[in-house]
Amino acid sequence: MPTIAELGARYRSGETTPTQVVESYLQRIETLDPQVRAYLTLTRESALARAEATEKRLKAGKPLGPLDGVPLAIKDVICTKGVRTTCSSKILENFVPPYDATVMVRLNAAGAVMLGKTNMDEFAMGSSTENSAFFPTRNPWDLARVPGGSSGGSAAAVAAGLAAGALGSDTGGSIRQPAAFCGTVGVKPTYGRVSRYGLVAFASSLDQIGPFAADVRGAALLLQAIAGHDPLDSTSTDIPVPDYPAALGQGIQGLRVGIPSEYVIEGMDPEVGKAVSAAIEALKGLGAKTEKVSLPTTNYALAAYYLIAPAEASSNLARYDGVKYGYRAAGGKDLIQMYGRTRAEGFGPEVKRRIMLGTYALSAGYYEAYYGKAQRVRTLVRRDFQQAFERVDVLACPTAPNVAFKLGEKEDPLQMYLCDVFTIPVNLAGLPGLSLPCGFTQSGLPIGLQLIGKPFDESTLLSAAYAYEQATPWHARAPALP
Amino acid sequence: MSTDYETVIGLEVHAQLLTRSKMFCGCPTAFGGSPNSQTCPVCQGMPGVLPVINRRAIEFAIRTALALHCTINAGCRFARKHYYYPDMPKNYQISQYEEPLAVEGWLEVAVDGAPRRIGIERLHMEEDVGKLIHEGTLETARASLVDFNRSGVPLMEIVSKPDVRSAEEATAYLRALRAILLYLGVCDGNMEEGSFRCDANISLRPRGSKEYGVKVEIKNMNSFKNVQHALEFEARRQAKALAAGERIVQETRLWEADKGYTLSMRSKEYAHDYRYFPEPDLVPLKVEQRWVDQLRTTLPELPVVRQQRFVSQYGLPAYDAELLTQSRALADYYEAAVREYPKPKIVSNWVLSELLRELPGDDEAAITRCPIPPKNLARLLALIDDGTISGKIAKDVFEKMYRSGEDAETIVRREGLVQVADAGALAAVVEQVLAANAPAVEDWKKGKKQSLGFLVGQVMKTTQGKANPAIVNQLLLEQLPKPS
Repeated sequence: MPTIAELGARYRSGETTPTQVVESYLQRIETLDPQVRAYLTLTRESALARAEATEKRLKAGKPLGPLDGVPLAIKDVICTKGVRTTCSSKILENFVPPYDATVMVRLNAAGAVMLGKTNMDEFAMGSSTENSAFFPTRNPWDLARVPGGSSGGSAAAVAAGLAAGALGSDTGGSIRQPAAFCGTVGVKPTYGRVSRYGLVAFASSLDQIGPFAADVRGAALLLQAIAGHDPLDSTSTDIPVPDYPAALGQGIQGLRVGIPSEYVIEGMDPEVGKAVSAAIEALKGLGAKTEKVSLPTTNYALAAYYLIAPAEASSNLARYDGVKYGYRAAGGKDLIQMYGRTRAEGFGPEVKRRIMLGTYALSAGYYEAYYGKAQRVRTLVRRDFQQAFERVDVLACPTAPNVAFKLGEKEDPLQMYLCDVFTIPVNLAGLPGLSLPCGFTQSGLPIGLQLIGKPFDESTLLSAAYAYEQATPWHARAPALP
Repeated sequence: MSTDYETVIGLEVHAQLLTRSKMFCGCPTAFGGSPNSQTCPVCQGMPGVLPVINRRAIEFAIRTALALHCTINAGCRFARKHYYYPDMPKNYQISQYEEPLAVEGWLEVAVDGAPRRIGIERLHMEEDVGKLIHEGTLETARASLVDFNRSGVPLMEIVSKPDVRSAEEATAYLRALRAILLYLGVCDGNMEEGSFRCDANISLRPRGSKEYGVKVEIKNMNSFKNVQHALEFEARRQAKALAAGERIVQETRLWEADKGYTLSMRSKEYAHDYRYFPEPDLVPLKVEQRWVDQLRTTLPELPVVRQQRFVSQYGLPAYDAELLTQSRALADYYEAAVREYPKPKIVSNWVLSELLRELPGDDEAAITRCPIPPKNLARLLALIDDGTISGKIAKDVFEKMYRSGEDAETIVRREGLVQVADAGALAAVVEQVLAANAPAVEDWKKGKKQSLGFLVGQVMKTTQGKANPAIVNQLLLEQLPKPS
């Protein structure tokens, strides 16, 4: 499949047309998605109409944007005007937003073509996409395995060539972990780099939208289009957005790479450890200098996250009550019963678990011991990173301690939560993180390398990743789908 | 022997701010639009939306805080207050909790002429909720509808310290606070429409005690009169309960205005746990000193200061000054009239009696729309002075001016109300009246002084009130025989 950059070049040269490309993607989805199940909703007509619009611009000799005619998959947690946005939840099964998320406004302005909305763990809560209220998505590398989550649909779509790129959201690893499981590039930008307006909130202080692509340049192009201050999001930061694709060629000579010693845990897949060590050696070979760093609060990050994220979720999800939109249970004899039944029937077990955890963490008498303390841990996590970044430019570690597991394999929620042990601290600190393929297990499952950067220094992450990608063969491998 | 109790009251006021747009989105705030016509995804609490602070609302609140002598915090933060109710689209309200905009202020109120400072605990910002419309009554309704037009309208909550000691003082505090908001132009002060709402906490303690008693929250008081009556009732109820050896239950009670009593709504055991936490969708708000200083320069002369100036500059009695300054529009009206007709006490009399008979003194909008502009009132008063009309006629003319919007001259001329001051013309009438009222003349001769007044009245009657009473008086004295 052509990369995002290649698509633009082929359109300009006349080698192919946007309509041909979009049609071929739609055809491929029709053939393969019944197995992968990446998409919840397809937007065939509008996709073709947008492809035609690009074609018209092309014929009129107008300059094309870097994403003109590029077919994309959008995680179903991002609001799309007139296209149902379910968050993979029964409670929003028929919700059609009357507005576009800021990222959609920007992608549309850049000429991108949305093919459809992708499956996910309900309300982005999960690490396997098994928590979708509708169906699980399969890992294109092994259909018996999960694609990771919560943005599993987006990652699988890109990996299976069912979209040239995709958007996901990352609250504790939901872009990077599925990117690692599916062998794609995934970027979680700095908190505040990309507008959250129109991203259905899970945990407001942690959520960020970010791109998936088959290669680093594609991810850079997508990030370029969506990054930047948005007056509609007060937590988006008003600092200039650098030219990400231009930064790719800057090389990594002299780049200081920190290896956090805490990012090796018991029960970790040895093949992951080996591949990541090899990747670090490869970075050294490309001119990077490595040194060990310590992030001592890492051990508490997971616990802090599972107080902060559910607390915010319990608040953010309070609006789904059957009154205004979405699912309303029938037969309630009064308001309280209507609320109770709607939420009991509308939310899945993991969402309910987190709402209960969060409600408890915020309740009077427990607030200080739980939410308050978790916030103090968060400050320490952030400080650990700050201190490390006084000495190094990026950190390198595994994206996840394991590779894609089998559907139904992790029944214990705590086992599932451990999938994000290396990605969660990055969200707590608000830092940018990137996952890219760094090898495969013997059984052929992708392994992800995570690079963590300084706030708003996505450029360095992307250029380091690009240098590594160009020197290694991993990104060229594609899953063998029947 | 019954214990002497002291009443302790703290007041919470919610004031809707007169910003054009809502607190966290761009929707208009105007009252009375058709249901849900003034809404957007943000104030409907749609999935994915985010709030953006309305800077103007913050400025209104800062100006209010300055007028109330508050300390304005250099940084403040919004917090989410959670409870489920269908009029609240997100099922949480964006409010302020641990880090309010302003704290520690005061407001001076005078009851029976003795000024007292009532402390202000805090002033913070929040968003209003929508409105439920029930089919019939709440109890019998088969369906309820939600109107989110009010959802997200900026509210300012002003919480007093428990410094208020009587129902009377409570209403004085509320009147003074409302006057300040009206002067600042930040709130229209309409209690019936709910743009100025008040809840009260009231407790009793034995006089001299330093500890507070168990407090009861009173809600649903939508006029000054209701506040006064509700608090008087509640103080009596608590005193009676305490005297009977009962314990006061900490609870919320509703004032039933029609029935004249408070009714228990919910006790503390059922109190909400609001699960406040800092609003993660908004960054902490920095309030720079420069901003505050700049806003300080925009403060108008406030009611108390203006009242004092009215006494010193115009020589008005304190009572007049207080009434005239209760709203900015009324005080402006008064001063405009005095500029045209510089007899302050006379203008005050006319404004307070004639004008306020027609207009409620604190309805800013009504005063601004008053059909008699200050200049016209001044002209009317000048017509009395120059003898064109009598004071009695002037009151009729005033009423006609109010109804028609015409100026005094037009009405006086058209209706032939010009006062007869020509001694020659009046002399004939006087002669005629004396001839027709011989018994009164006889009484006068016998020394009955009231006869003079009667005869003046007869002359006025004959001239349909147009005679100049001073000249009539003089003519009568000249023509009447000397009393024996």
